[in-house]
Amino acid sequence: MGFRFVFFFFSIAILSTPVISDLILSKVDRKIDLTSQIVRISSTLKVENEGPNVVSEVLLAFPEYQAKNLAYLVCSLNEGKGKSKGSTISLPVEVVHPEGMPPQLTFYSVSLPKGLSKGESLTLDVFAVLTHSLQPFPEEITQADIQLVVFQDSAYFLSPYAIKFQSLNVKLPSPRVESFTKLQKTKLVDSEIKYGPYEDLPAFSYSPIVVHYENNRPFAVAQELLREIEISHWGNLQVTEHYKIVHGGAHNKGEFSRLDYQARPHVRGASSFRRLIAKLPPRAHSVYYRDEIGNISTSHLWGDSRKTVLEIEPRYPMFGGWRTAFTIGYGLPLQEFLFALEGKRFLNFSFGCPMDEVVIDNLILCPQVVLPEGSKDISVAAPFGVKQREEVKYSNLDIAGRPVVVLEKSNVVPEHNQYFQVYYKFNSLSLLREPLMLISGFLFLFITCIVYMHADFSISKSSASYLAKLQLDEVQATIQQVQNIVNRCLAVHDKMDASLRDLSRTGDVQACKAARKVASNLLKDLSKDLKPLLVFLQSSPQAAQIWPKVEELVGKEKEMEEKLMLKHSIVVESYEKKSGGREIENRVASHQQKLTALRQEVDDLLEIIDEFC
Amino acid sequence: MGGSPNQPSPTPSAANVSIKPDTLFSGFSLKNLKLKTKQQELLIRVSILCLVYVLAFITRLFSVLRYESMIHEFDPYFNYRTTLFLTEKGFYEFWNWFDSESWYPLGRIIGGTLYPGLMVTASLIYWTLRFLRFAVHIREVCVLTAPFFASNTTIVAYFFGKEIWDSGAGLVAAALIAICPGYISRSVAGSYDNEGVAIFALLLTFYLFVKAVKTGSLSWGLASALGYFYMVSAWGGYVFIINLIPLYVLVLLITGRYSMRLYVAYNSMYVLGSLLAMQIQFVGFQHVQSGEHMAAMGVFFLMQVFYFLGWVKHLLSDSKLFQVFLRFTVTCSIGLGALALVGGMASGYISPWTGRFYSLLDPTYAKDFIPIIASVSEHQPTAWSSFMFDFHILLILFPAGLYFCFKKLSDTTIFIVMYGLTSMYFASVMVRLILVATPAVCLISAVAVSATIKNLTLLIRTKSKTQQTGSSKATGSTKASSKTSLDQSPPFGRNVAAALLLGAFYLLSKYVTHCTWVTSEAYSSPSIVLAARGAHGGRVIFDDYREAYFWLRQNTPPDAKVMSWWDYGYQITAMGNRTVIVDNNTWNNTHIATVGRAMSSYEDEAYEIMRSLDVDYVLVVFGGVTGYSSDDINKFLWMVRIGGGVFPVIKEPDYLVNGEYRVDKGAAPKMLNCLMYKLSYYRFGELTTEYGKPPGYDRARGVEIGNKDVKLEHLEEAFTTSNWIVRIYKVKPPSNRL
Repeated sequence: MGFRFVFFFFSIAILSTPVISDLILSKVDRKIDLTSQIVRISSTLKVENEGPNVVSEVLLAFPEYQAKNLAYLVCSLNEGKGKSKGSTISLPVEVVHPEGMPPQLTFYSVSLPKGLSKGESLTLDVFAVLTHSLQPFPEEITQADIQLVVFQDSAYFLSPYAIKFQSLNVKLPSPRVESFTKLQKTKLVDSEIKYGPYEDLPAFSYSPIVVHYENNRPFAVAQELLREIEISHWGNLQVTEHYKIVHGGAHNKGEFSRLDYQARPHVRGASSFRRLIAKLPPRAHSVYYRDEIGNISTSHLWGDSRKTVLEIEPRYPMFGGWRTAFTIGYGLPLQEFLFALEGKRFLNFSFGCPMDEVVIDNLILCPQVVLPEGSKDISVAAPFGVKQREEVKYSNLDIAGRPVVVLEKSNVVPEHNQYFQVYYKFNSLSLLREPLMLISGFLFLFITCIVYMHADFSISKSSASYLAKLQLDEVQATIQQVQNIVNRCLAVHDKMDASLRDLSRTGDVQACKAARKVASNLLKDLSKDLKPLLVFLQSSPQAAQIWPKVEELVGKEKEMEEKLMLKHSIVVESYEKKSGGREIENRVASHQQKLTALRQEVDDLLEIIDEFC
Repeated sequence: MGGSPNQPSPTPSAANVSIKPDTLFSGFSLKNLKLKTKQQELLIRVSILCLVYVLAFITRLFSVLRYESMIHEFDPYFNYRTTLFLTEKGFYEFWNWFDSESWYPLGRIIGGTLYPGLMVTASLIYWTLRFLRFAVHIREVCVLTAPFFASNTTIVAYFFGKEIWDSGAGLVAAALIAICPGYISRSVAGSYDNEGVAIFALLLTFYLFVKAVKTGSLSWGLASALGYFYMVSAWGGYVFIINLIPLYVLVLLITGRYSMRLYVAYNSMYVLGSLLAMQIQFVGFQHVQSGEHMAAMGVFFLMQVFYFLGWVKHLLSDSKLFQVFLRFTVTCSIGLGALALVGGMASGYISPWTGRFYSLLDPTYAKDFIPIIASVSEHQPTAWSSFMFDFHILLILFPAGLYFCFKKLSDTTIFIVMYGLTSMYFASVMVRLILVATPAVCLISAVAVSATIKNLTLLIRTKSKTQQTGSSKATGSTKASSKTSLDQSPPFGRNVAAALLLGAFYLLSKYVTHCTWVTSEAYSSPSIVLAARGAHGGRVIFDDYREAYFWLRQNTPPDAKVMSWWDYGYQITAMGNRTVIVDNNTWNNTHIATVGRAMSSYEDEAYEIMRSLDVDYVLVVFGGVTGYSSDDINKFLWMVRIGGGVFPVIKEPDYLVNGEYRVDKGAAPKMLNCLMYKLSYYRFGELTTEYGKPPGYDRARGVEIGNKDVKLEHLEEAFTTSNWIVRIYKVKPPSNRL
């Protein structure tokens, strides 16, 4: 099928119109690299102006079948003689449609930095990358066959200018060539085919050549690649890449035998590929590799300070025409990619996919940049033309949605792996929005719980059960008050005990007496407080069950009080009489025992009443 | 109690005291700040429950940590696929979904043949989370649905236990059920199956019903009807509820525990529950038409007769007259009931019992008559070892708990006893019904544990109190002794009690370790991904299933039909996204038998069958290389049996040699040339699987295969996974006629 073009283009050469300017190409060196699935043509043109006028642009012509596959074209001025190559500047290139030219050709115009006047010359480096220009032939092969591809081009450099001297080198991956067009001055050296040099060719010279050779390099084509780059100002840049990969080479026909593939994968599976290598930025972390139905466990990851290498294997070896789809994702430290500039922030990230050299992304590549919620004034700077639009994406806890910048470009090759920038404004305070939302959400939940616990939701306020419940609540509250008072009484008792201990230490009888007075007053007040509560409890029917216990408690407490007073006065008395320590102890001992017992009982009763509440 | 507005706060006095620097009073202030015993208990109870809730969730996450967040096994893939459909297309589309991707060329009406409870639940959770702006994936929701509901089950178990015995038993029940392997087996993360939510619904329904019987409240009856509705929408096991509850009511009637409470509870629950259940398409009018539901209806009418008799007795003062009336009414109603049943059966209005129901009552039934039920491993009768495996000490505690329940007989304990006994019977008939028995076993064991520990601790505490107060305290000691006598403490001392307590804790801790071990070792494997230990101790993962399914998904035409044994049907449609001939919803035995026949015929006969079914690809599972034993060759006899059940051309003895199933040289000639054999062993004869063994050595069965020169005429190998576990063949188009 590839041969059809060949005949077609013969006609162009014949019909071609005369020269349009006075430029001539005094020397053209072309090198075509066919080692991978991508065709890279680098040409060095020496342009001379022989006409009288100053010329400021040079036209490059591509036949249609190349122009539609042209992925990347860059033209630079070669000033030094190959020494200062690093300092070359690329020149602006654009598509033009000059009048009177054959419509089958696409022209690109290179604007020169300064006009080329008569007699002057300069050297241009033109680098073009073509995809899908290698046709598999035969189109279907079995598992054991090697893959043969056909490449076609012209032996002469197709140009609207006359060419004085030119040569062409075609570099192949291996010396195994099925056939190639033999013109005069053609030779095959190792894995290189040389055409030329040819001299003094008129404009639009065209001599088709066809190279049919073996190419077993992986023909991995990503039909679709979606890269999502998500910025989190908490310090992470999350990259997610969704791939739809197809083996773009010769289709596999007939059986796939695992046995053959296992035994000799390089012979019985020469055209297939098993793994892809992605070169991720250094310090990539949390790398994952999965597809629609789950994790894929065949991948390896290693890295050093300069790069992270992820070697991924699809679930099955990829033969011609087979498809697979997967997703890889990784996180990157934000500070290496996000910078601040004049009140704005900008993200500096590479455009293309991190996969190895061999991968072409054919259809659409859209790096989406997901900015945090609340970003404004978004603008994009890309080194080449991309389609661009904005969307909104909703993620965790978003209300207004995060702005997404979508960049689209078809036909992307590894040469497109250049940096692009996204500028935007973002207020750092917006960072706190989502945590605050969470906090307020929980706060609201707790407040609702508290309100629910304290509010009264009963429908009929006059029903018997509701009233009973109210009464019970009241009784319980009263009992708690009683308990409180008893507890305070016990505290006063403790204080009196303490005063006795003070007495034994200091011998200050007056202070001790004063303490007793205070204590007895306190106790009196407390018992006054207790009275109405007891009256209420006694009258309440709800408290009938617990009333005896409460009564007992109060009684015991009173008894204890009396005993304590008695003990206190005995001790103080003995001190006044200056009796010995042992004597006091003997006198108090029986009271003390009684007191301990009472205290125990009071504690028990308190516990029982506690359980009632 | 916390709600009382005029509760005095204890802080003033405490603050009053604590201002003083005197150290003497600090202890006092602390004491005042301390929570009340009741509040303390509440706090402890709530925190224990929270911990149990979390524990139940996280113990089920082993599989996510070991493997990944993925759907397990077979049926869950169907559930996942339908849930995905539901979330994407909405409820009405889902309800009317006709699935042409399965049971080709018949198709399947999904909306009318599934229990939608699980899918709706997961979708609701998903939509709620989405509404709250949590960007979760539906797969995560599906994976975590079962653990989430297991956590909820613990809460229900607590309340149920509290209802049966006391809150202590409730806590123990919650803790036991949280980690019981019998339940975990069906509710680990990723096991997205009906049972995951159904056990929650089952226990909830029972709890609400018991509550309704206890209170006689219409609202509890209504709640239990709603619980029953949820259960019906979630799982076919609802038949257990609709038979157990009438049985329970009948027992109460017979034991003379009939009451108005029971009447209200049962009638409200039955009538509302049946009406609600009819809203589920798959169940439809079965509540009034199917033999399995007739018991409930019979008891419903019996209740009315009973109530009517009571009313008449109340009106008639003459007891003799009443006796006559009683005899008359009973005869009439029994006669009418029997007549209606016989008439319904004869006219076909009431459908007879289904095979599964029969096989529950008679374990040998399925083996003789329905091979497709018998072929499923989880329908086998239970071995003793799996009881031990799934219940561990609960197996011993269960009878003890029954003893305690009988000792304190009430409406509630009668229920749990009946639930325990019936479900134990079913569990021993079918392995997978261990799941249904688990909550009952946990609850009853919890009663045993709680009662024992409570008695022992009481004994120890009272003794210690006596010692502490000293011998001089006559009142204290008498009180302690009175307490002991009240608890009927056994006549041994405090040390023995302490030893027993230690023993109980030792047993319980053993239970915990056992459960964790079982969960991590046995129940947390997704069975899609197989893991093994490599020669050097590293973990080797066999991901062949997904490799094959993904290959199908990517590299076959979208309308390709795949024939495989029904086990893999759901997975192929869910992961491979391709049409299958038969799948795990084994509703059409003939269709499955056709596939079984194709697999067990010679290649050219099979080709005819496959042509007639438009089959494009055939998928077989083969473990000969890896030693994976649940492959198609080992399942092959079931294919022969099921195929032979419908097509008598297929005879089981043709595949056996002297009643023995072999694949080596001594195998039956038909076996060596049937499609399944050929597809499994195609070109296997050239492969050396193990060092020192001849080529073609089958590691799963440990023999050298009998037919090493397999030639395929109408099929060609399309794909074989890296470990040969799944092999896919393409059916060639018919050759041109000359």
